[in-house]
Amino acid sequence: MSRSTYASPSISASRIQMPSLETVAAWLLALVWIFPLLYAVWAAIHPSDFVASFDLFAPLTASNFIDAWNEAPFMRYYLNTFLMVTGILIGQFIVCTLAGFAFARFPVPGRDVLFMLVLIQLFVFPEVLIVENYRIASGLGLVDTIAGIGLPYIASAFGIFLLRQTFKTIPRELEDAARIEGCSWMGVLLKVYVPLAKPTYLAYGLVSVSHHWNNFLWPLVVTNSVETRPLTVGLAIFSAPETGVNWATISAATLLSIAPLLIAFLLFQRQFVQSFLRVGIR
Amino acid sequence: MTTSMKSILQGVTLAGVLMAGTQASAQDDAVELTLYYPVAVGGALTDVIDGLVEDFEAEHPDIEVDAIYAGNYDDTRVRALSAIEAGDAPQLSVLFSIDLFELIEQDAIVPFDDVVETDEEREWLDSFYPGLMENGQLDGETYGIPFQRSTIVLYWNKDAFEAAGLDPEQPPETWDEMAEMASTVREAHDDDDQWGVMIPSTGYPYWMFQALAFQNGHRLMSDDGTEAYFDDPAAIEALEYWVALAEEHDAMPDGTIEWGTLRQNFLEESTAMMWHSTGNLTAVRNEADFDFGVAMLPAKEQPGSPTGGGNFYLFKDSTDEEKRAAMTFVRWMTDPERAAAWSMETGYMGVSEAAYETEALREYVEEFPAAAVARDQLEHSTAELSTYQGGRVRRALDNAIQAALAGDMAPTEALQQAQQEADAALRRYAR
Amino acid sequence: MRAVNSDRRMQVYGALLLLPAAILLGTFAYLPTIATLIDSLFLPGIRGEPPAFGGLANYQALIEDATFWKVARNNLVYALGTIPTSIALALGMALFVNARLPGRGFVRMAYFTPTILPMIAAANIWMFFYAPQIGLFNNLLDVLGIDGPNWLGNPRIALFSVIMMTIWKEAGFFMIFYLAALQSLPPDLQEAADLEGTTRWSFFWRVTFPLLMPTTLFVMINALINAVRVVDHLFILTKGGPNNATNLLLYYVYENAFSFFDRPYAATITVVILVVLAIVATVKFTVLDRRIHYQ
Repeated sequence: MSRSTYASPSISASRIQMPSLETVAAWLLALVWIFPLLYAVWAAIHPSDFVASFDLFAPLTASNFIDAWNEAPFMRYYLNTFLMVTGILIGQFIVCTLAGFAFARFPVPGRDVLFMLVLIQLFVFPEVLIVENYRIASGLGLVDTIAGIGLPYIASAFGIFLLRQTFKTIPRELEDAARIEGCSWMGVLLKVYVPLAKPTYLAYGLVSVSHHWNNFLWPLVVTNSVETRPLTVGLAIFSAPETGVNWATISAATLLSIAPLLIAFLLFQRQFVQSFLRVGIR
Repeated sequence: MTTSMKSILQGVTLAGVLMAGTQASAQDDAVELTLYYPVAVGGALTDVIDGLVEDFEAEHPDIEVDAIYAGNYDDTRVRALSAIEAGDAPQLSVLFSIDLFELIEQDAIVPFDDVVETDEEREWLDSFYPGLMENGQLDGETYGIPFQRSTIVLYWNKDAFEAAGLDPEQPPETWDEMAEMASTVREAHDDDDQWGVMIPSTGYPYWMFQALAFQNGHRLMSDDGTEAYFDDPAAIEALEYWVALAEEHDAMPDGTIEWGTLRQNFLEESTAMMWHSTGNLTAVRNEADFDFGVAMLPAKEQPGSPTGGGNFYLFKDSTDEEKRAAMTFVRWMTDPERAAAWSMETGYMGVSEAAYETEALREYVEEFPAAAVARDQLEHSTAELSTYQGGRVRRALDNAIQAALAGDMAPTEALQQAQQEADAALRRYAR
Repeated sequence: MRAVNSDRRMQVYGALLLLPAAILLGTFAYLPTIATLIDSLFLPGIRGEPPAFGGLANYQALIEDATFWKVARNNLVYALGTIPTSIALALGMALFVNARLPGRGFVRMAYFTPTILPMIAAANIWMFFYAPQIGLFNNLLDVLGIDGPNWLGNPRIALFSVIMMTIWKEAGFFMIFYLAALQSLPPDLQEAADLEGTTRWSFFWRVTFPLLMPTTLFVMINALINAVRVVDHLFILTKGGPNNATNLLLYYVYENAFSFFDRPYAATITVVILVVLAIVATVKFTVLDRRIHYQ
């Protein structure tokens, strides 16, 4: 994002004084956009009586967080989400690296057709096929396992595409040099390609982690028990309006579920934005 | 630490390794039971269940119980059946009392009659209120044992009644009275946004409607679950009354009223009366900072309410030993003392007469008479709407109710459409 | 001779590298797609019988199913309601953040934050806004003396309420792509325009907006896919109600498969979704960016 700092001087001197109307509009929009989150924080740190009636001097409390923490096994949900997200990430890195490498450098017969087939998965996601994917997961004994949540996402078309593009930009000479030194293909991949694609891995990793941290429908369908439920599913059944759990507790639970990712985002904002950009633009 | 390290390593090798969320068993010879259960009202009931399970395990070291909270009734049924399909069937579960036909169709459950052995156990099977057994029995066999059971009751805010010039101790006893009182409250509080009455119309609209229809002398389905009767004049009249509460009497807000937030509405005093499950009673009692009362629902031709809530079911795909252990657990959970404690903890009914005869519940009822209203209403109760293709049939009715309340369709038209949809869903089931 | 051998070896090696991805994609993308097509030709078994072949009976039922048409229409309205507005907002946000602005870092963060929340969490928060009587929106409107609507309970408004939340969730995400595009525009264009004294407004419409067209199309495709794919919020906000006013195709699939136990019918609706996605994919691959993939 740092480039934006250098982009603005191009605006001529006559327009350096930005019309305040725009500033006001930008800020208003920003406040509107951040407001829901602020409201959730407000609701979570005050007694439930104040959820519906705003009072600047309402007493602060941590009891909503404590209630939420005690009423649902959030620790376990964190662990499940963590295992799922890391498992998916590692799986994706391995599978997509191999496939991306093959598409970038190997004369596999029918390569273009195969690549097209892979790209179709950019449109046909596991969620769209929940009915049949559920049946397949069930047949493979994957229902109610963390592997079951993750496996359909491992061969990510997006990841394959991204790494293929990156690998293609790496000069052949580097590869040839490594070959001359006696590196095997695996050695070339690990010593030349993977290190040079580091920024892509970082970007793709951040996007993958935030996507799967937030993913809901497929995990909902494929998990049955506390031992496998990720945060989103745990949060959804904890706070389903049916239970009539009070709002302050739900707000606290909601914040608990988003906290790790949100904090990571606030700390590494630039990397996040850059990553989304890098993989989004393709 | 070592176990969590192990879990992490397992997660790391995820691409190749298929791992199940298995728990190491503490005792090799113990019978392990898994059960799914729902929570539909009243907040933090998971804590209560966990506590009960712990007590049970302490008393029965040879049985281990893994009780899994799985969301609302629909979610829980989906989870239980999904586990069966995946070959990981639970031995028992608490599911919607009206899931009976669906579970039988999926060939998932066995009757308790197959598992009981002694006379004492047979006696236990007969110890529950007959009204609570209606949804759980088919062709003379008992599939569902009542656990978290309810009827719909009327909660009213005595302070609001008083402020509107009504007798705070006198809840409405008929439809007309309720409409009248509700609009009186509304007129008195028009400026501060307090409504007269709210009947929830999301979540389980068919349940509320069934109460109205039954009060008007009408049952919505056949006993064998193959026919629905939604467009009967008595049913239409019931829906017209519901719609009129908003349209004519201006006593209820327009549009649907959310099942889940209704308790909050009542506690925030944005309505003077609400219809809700008795399972909310303890939560309302704990949180209300005004004086409130609980009454049976008002009558038209007759007073009455459908029963509701969850039953214990035994699943087919388990060993005899597991079935026996499961029954031991169900017996323990429905034992009068426990049923009494559960009732006090939640507001759900004590499921047997013996529960209300325990000292604890007798004293509780004496001090807090509202706790006995749901039970007293049982003699005017009817089975909850339960048919084959229950999901579709109920949804057809729910949609009709919501369309009528929103003013999109006239009650007659809406219910006729629901009837057609229900008939279509049940076409292949006619005996 | 040696070259041929090594060529063959390269082919085999490449195929082996592709194998894990091929197995996984086969299992979780192609196989289920084909199974969906086959499954849609069967009727569910009743009273415990196995499913029976039904030909096109499910498609016949689908055509006659008023709910399906309503849900399909909802999805179209949902797409039309979310996409143009979030794109316009995203572009506006990008222009704001790209210009000189006091507190730009905060503003950008505010716009982007909804993107990293799970839909479930966002829906939880918005649930409090929408609750009638006690919800925040109606409390605020009350202060202004306006009787707020029943946001999620009135079938004529409910879909709009869902759309509003979705826009809030998505606009910040799309903003990023515009931001990137804006920063890659050559600065001399702006300088030339300045010299000619072009107004900002006409500069935007005559220069910036056309140059951003590829980004707009890209964002549009993404938004279109999301409109079909993401139904998480319905689980919290409305469950598709009231009277199916907010039901979307994928949620209808879920209901049929898991609440009504009618998997073949769910498969039939899935086929419709697949057709829609196939059209989107075709448009993307043939019209929009042929150049990217076959360079």
